[in-house]
Amino acid sequence: MADGRSQVKRRAGARLWLSATWLGLLVLGAVFAPLIAPQDPLAQDLFGARLPPFWEAGADAAFPLGSDSLGRDVLSRIIHGARIALGVALIAGTLTCLIGSGLGLIAGYFRGWPDMVISRLVDIWMAFPPVLFAILLIAVLGTGLSSIIIAIVVIDWTRFARVIRAEAMSQGAMDYVASAQVAGRKRFSILLAEILPNVLPTIVVLLTLEMGIAVIVEAILSFVNLSISTDQPTWGSMIAEGRLSIHQAWWVLVFPLVTLFLTVLSFSQLGEGLKDHFDPVLR
Amino acid sequence: MSDTPIYDIENLHLSFPDMAHKPLLGPAPRIEILKGISLTIPRGDVVGIVGGSGSGKSTLGRAMIRLLEPDSGSIRFEGQDITHLGEDALRPLRRRFQMIFQDPMSSLNPRRTVGAIIAGPLRLQGFDRVSQRVDQALDHVGLPRAFRKRYPHELSGGQRQRVGIARAIATEPDFILADEIVSGLDVSSQAQVLNLLEQLVRELGLTLAFISHDLSVIRRLCRHTLVLHLGEVVEYRETAALFEAPQAAYTRELLDAIPLPDLKQVWA
Repeated sequence: MADGRSQVKRRAGARLWLSATWLGLLVLGAVFAPLIAPQDPLAQDLFGARLPPFWEAGADAAFPLGSDSLGRDVLSRIIHGARIALGVALIAGTLTCLIGSGLGLIAGYFRGWPDMVISRLVDIWMAFPPVLFAILLIAVLGTGLSSIIIAIVVIDWTRFARVIRAEAMSQGAMDYVASAQVAGRKRFSILLAEILPNVLPTIVVLLTLEMGIAVIVEAILSFVNLSISTDQPTWGSMIAEGRLSIHQAWWVLVFPLVTLFLTVLSFSQLGEGLKDHFDPVLR
Repeated sequence: MSDTPIYDIENLHLSFPDMAHKPLLGPAPRIEILKGISLTIPRGDVVGIVGGSGSGKSTLGRAMIRLLEPDSGSIRFEGQDITHLGEDALRPLRRRFQMIFQDPMSSLNPRRTVGAIIAGPLRLQGFDRVSQRVDQALDHVGLPRAFRKRYPHELSGGQRQRVGIARAIATEPDFILADEIVSGLDVSSQAQVLNLLEQLVRELGLTLAFISHDLSVIRRLCRHTLVLHLGEVVEYRETAALFEAPQAAYTRELLDAIPLPDLKQVWA
């Protein structure tokens, strides 16, 4: 009765490796920022302002990606900015995921009144315009790293709750849930031991997407000057400053923008790649 | 062997809320699925439960192993009233009545190996020597022990259903409910699974309720047959007698619906 079904092997996709490599580099950069960065990210030098990147005429080798209009090194600022971007992505992403998935699982599995309460709450929440909601929250909480994280968690938990609720509902209708009940498993234990592992791939994908979104939200809030005080380099504030001098020094805008783009893309591709890689069921 | 029947069901009523016609305020009207069903299943019997779709056969089965709670009437399992027992009180009894599900793909958790699936009920019911019992169960259903490490999607339909059977017999139950377990299989796997079931009933002294819409399968396997129609018992008799001389019009209708091979058929 042996057949080839168990011999099917899948190789990890290129997207998993590429995105993991980029995020790995970024994490290393963020952790060892003071050692790696060629310059102090805050050091201004008005005589060395708007130096072009290394391949253009008039470049300074000490500023490989050029300098901004205050003479600050773009590369060093990107590397230091990664600390805040990744910190927000990890903390805000994880908290959002825990709260949203938890509520979604409860609503989808137990149905009844918990579902009524949670679903209505999600409906009401989603009627708020998210950006205004964020600005309002920051205005109340004050600027700072923790306010950004709280704002992201408070606004975005619905994204998880909605999707995970639907997923938990469809998994809850499967016969393996009834069969666990026939076996004598307790209800809460069914949720954790039977349903959660089957919902986990979706949670992982959403989590990585959420990390990407967190990076963007942080950049948006920095862009409108609602994020962190200006003495800390963030990608959003770099983009905001670069926009002002786009005609004189394009590199101040483009490099942080490309970094942001690659990071968000890597997060979403990492999620998809992980899902493919760890799913025992061939889809 | 005692004289107490495995199941003694009296005047069983069960209804579901009809959410499609629920008024804005107040409770939803209820749809009656089972309308006063009474039956007795003696120990060691093999009972076929047959009926068209919507006749309530699966609902009856699920009420018997208390996945559903009846509205009224009583279900006695080996003399003990389990009609309204709570899940905590049912848990120790769960070992003794097990179920095999219709769709083996959906009834086996795709994230667990076959070994873990069969071991699940054993662990929850506090059995010792779990690993050996898993091997025994696999031996009983004729699957190689190496399958313990496989995932359900790595098996064929017939193999999956055998895993479902192995899980049900692993706790050495007195009663097994088999809900349409061959309807998703091709004809040769059907025959294999039916042979296996027949053999297990003999070897393990099981009492079996076999739900099916296919009378030819029932005829082959079951000693008694219960015909359900719209939530009511139409006929409950020995299978041979029922096939010989059906009494109710509905039974005759079902019997006439069995496709018989017509040797003179011309393939135009």
